[in-house]
Amino acid sequence: MKISVLGSGCATCKKLYETVEYVVKKEGIDATVEYSDDVRKIVELGLMRSPVLVINGKPVDLQSTSEKDVKNAICSGNC
Amino acid sequence: MDIFAPIQWLADWLAYSVLNIIKDTPIGNTVNFFIYDSIKIILLLAVIIFVISYIRSFFPAEKTKKFLSKAKFPILNNLLAALIGIVTPFCSCSAVPLFIGFVEAGVPLGVTFSFLISAPMVNEIALVLLWGLFGWKIALIYIISGVIIATIAGWIIGKLKLEKWVEEFVYKIKSVEADEKKQTVKDRIDYAKKYTISIVKSVWPYILIGVGLGALMHGYAPNDLLIKYAGPNNFFAVPLAVLIGIPLYSNAAGTIPIVSVLIDKGMAMGTALAFMMAVTALSLPEFIILKKVLKPKLIIVYASIVGAGIIFTGYLFNLLI
Repeated sequence: MKISVLGSGCATCKKLYETVEYVVKKEGIDATVEYSDDVRKIVELGLMRSPVLVINGKPVDLQSTSEKDVKNAICSGNC
Repeated sequence: MDIFAPIQWLADWLAYSVLNIIKDTPIGNTVNFFIYDSIKIILLLAVIIFVISYIRSFFPAEKTKKFLSKAKFPILNNLLAALIGIVTPFCSCSAVPLFIGFVEAGVPLGVTFSFLISAPMVNEIALVLLWGLFGWKIALIYIISGVIIATIAGWIIGKLKLEKWVEEFVYKIKSVEADEKKQTVKDRIDYAKKYTISIVKSVWPYILIGVGLGALMHGYAPNDLLIKYAGPNNFFAVPLAVLIGIPLYSNAAGTIPIVSVLIDKGMAMGTALAFMMAVTALSLPEFIILKKVLKPKLIIVYASIVGAGIIFTGYLFNLLI
């Protein structure tokens, strides 16, 4: 699995990246996690918010950046 | 009838019967004020944020930009953008993607700015605190002046033709059309509920600290403490309040309860409104993030026009109220 956190360099964005890394490690998920603060990538996806969680090239809806919601988004119910 | 009367009753009961503190002493006033204000504001916050985020689910940014790129009437577009800004969630994190998305969709620069000014300035947290602490009239005055400032400032920026001061790469980005999700009433309620919980969770400590400091001053500081420095007769109070407000962005939730006490102790209403507007609309962290897409010259122009608008509003209300 390939996970990217796209942000604009703000505090919430970095926090989301840390949460994603933490969840991946804790749940033993086989995934690469990358962080980008290039806003262009967000706009190219047609989105206008930040941060954005992208899994395998697709932006995912995040209810909030809490650990629970991040886990739900990454595992989609499988862990 | 005062709709907050039951809360006052609860605060009286908690302070004077449960905690057994004597009424009309400084400590009695402080404790009563703290209980009353914190309960009232947190309740208002939950209710209003729920309502606003429900309304908001009808205005996703992707729809807003399409709508604003088609609108054709000069200053009316700015007004529309400012009005939509009221219900839009805003954190400085999203300022840059919003800006690029709008410009890329063909929304005029001035209209984009009207939105960018109104979204953080006229936000639901400020609205709740103003309503809870000063009453609905002041809250309404704040919203209306905020919308007017955003409309006019955006219109002026549009007239100045500053497109050349936007970083070139912004005009080269091409985005895909994101598909709009169909939302049911349940989806909207779910969203509003989650959003409300997350906001209340993140701001309640600031509110308690702000109200706590406010309550202490309410009970102990003399009533005319600030008349000399921040009263209606000090000409420099308004611009000074605006300058102090610029670096205080992150603590809007804690600032307003303190401001309410400053007013109690003699700060003029217009000065206080100007201070709150500066706290929310002119934010240093946001300027730094906007530097990714705007040349410094444009940020200075933007900040000066909004700053001038806020200062003008401050003087105006000092004269009127």
